Amino acid sequence: MTLFGKRIPIFFSLVVWFVLWEIIGRTELSTITPPFSRVIAAGITIIPTQKFSVAVSISLRSFALGMALALLIGIPVGILMARVATIGKILGMWVNIFVSAPISALVPILMAVIGIGDTTVVVTVFLFAVFVIILDTQIGIKQADRSLVEMARCFGAKRHQVYTKILFLSALPEILAGVRLGVIRGVKGVVIGQLLIAILGVGELFELYSQHFLMEEFWALVLIVFMFAFVVSEAVALLERRVEYYAGSR
Amino acid sequence: MSADAIVEVNQVGKIYDGGVEALTNVSVALPHGRLSTLLGPSGCGKTTLLKIIAGLIPPSRGEVWVKGNKVDGPGPERAFVFQDFALLPWANVLRNVAFGLELRGLPKEERHQIARKHIAEVGLKTFESSYPHQLSGGMRQRVGLARALAIDADIILMDEPFSSVDEQTRRKFQEELLDLLRHKKKTVIFVTHSIEEAAYLSDQIVLLSARPGTISKIIQPSIDREGRSPDEIRRDKNYLDAVDEIWQILKHYV
Repeated sequence: MTLFGKRIPIFFSLVVWFVLWEIIGRTELSTITPPFSRVIAAGITIIPTQKFSVAVSISLRSFALGMALALLIGIPVGILMARVATIGKILGMWVNIFVSAPISALVPILMAVIGIGDTTVVVTVFLFAVFVIILDTQIGIKQADRSLVEMARCFGAKRHQVYTKILFLSALPEILAGVRLGVIRGVKGVVIGQLLIAILGVGELFELYSQHFLMEEFWALVLIVFMFAFVVSEAVALLERRVEYYAGSR
Repeated sequence: MSADAIVEVNQVGKIYDGGVEALTNVSVALPHGRLSTLLGPSGCGKTTLLKIIAGLIPPSRGEVWVKGNKVDGPGPERAFVFQDFALLPWANVLRNVAFGLELRGLPKEERHQIARKHIAEVGLKTFESSYPHQLSGGMRQRVGLARALAIDADIILMDEPFSSVDEQTRRKFQEELLDLLRHKKKTVIFVTHSIEEAAYLSDQIVLLSARPGTISKIIQPSIDREGRSPDEIRRDKNYLDAVDEIWQILKHYV
């Protein structure tokens, strides 16, 4: 971005918004928009509290479990769908429906079936993340260079070696793109799941703050969740860029 | 069949799914320690025949025998050099060349030592840690050749290895290939669509007809290459005769 011929850092656009936010907050137009500085101050007060750290650790655990499941199931299913035509045909339509479906609508049913607890949140995270991972893995494997597979067979590769040494690595850029999108959706999953359940983790805090009209704390929490999602997705993106570099000649 | 044939193709036919007949009734013996070329008009099934010999494609009819064993898949006595190089983009030159040995489960030190030797032979000593996208087409194909040599196969199958390489690199590469292969006494089966390349390199040229491909003629040019420069070979009467003879046959199919 350039302004008056000078290069300015990307985060400058954030600064502009924060200043605007501060000004609007100070005019006291609405009680739901406290000034930005007071939101930051509220954030600094809530972070060291025990309630906050308990909520975060519950949320992080559900997120990590759900994501781990999504990766462990999503990647192999994607590979199978690409390699076995029948499985691809049977599951293909379902994956495509679920990847675009509003999974949030299913959470109340999950609550009824699984119960009101951590497991429901884990399953929500899983459902939010898994389909895009399956889809991208499938595309990556399908687009894998066939002549590399032929080469490996020619040099005596066994079946499992074709998967581990050729197909998986070939598809890694697409798989990581799927993982990045999955992580972003997973964060949504944990928040939505906990919001709907309303007695767990970060969702409980959101409920607490909004019901007691603690807008400063509420916005502070929103910012923290946004930042978490951004940092996690950037971390995967970093990995992705490294892989893309080596896959440069595909 | 002649006694010194290392590869025998016996009445091979190939019909692809969808009914395209690529090859019909191909029988040919490929002599040990020699360079044989499969040459023919485009679409004549020469690459199909090479891949059947490699064990990558099963024939619809007939069979292929390599060193007295019937082919039913790829084997360690056959190595393949691909038209599109087929290098692992995420692996450096050293790992690419050692890949065949890696698949065989050789320890890292050992396979790298072998790979280094062959990388030096194809003239890429200073590029061991480069990645394929950092190399030119000619250099990539040298990596492909080194990888084939590294597994120490008796037979090297080459599928139009120089077709994605520019003309100057190609000539230099051909000369080096001749040197290297004579020296190592490998059997080479080479697919090309270039008449000059076939005549220049080959001990035996197998001419295929247009699709469905079948043996049209087998030519064995008696070009004396011993101690002669490439330019002398290219002016040799037998070389020029072979080029002319091939063209007289091929022009009917074009």
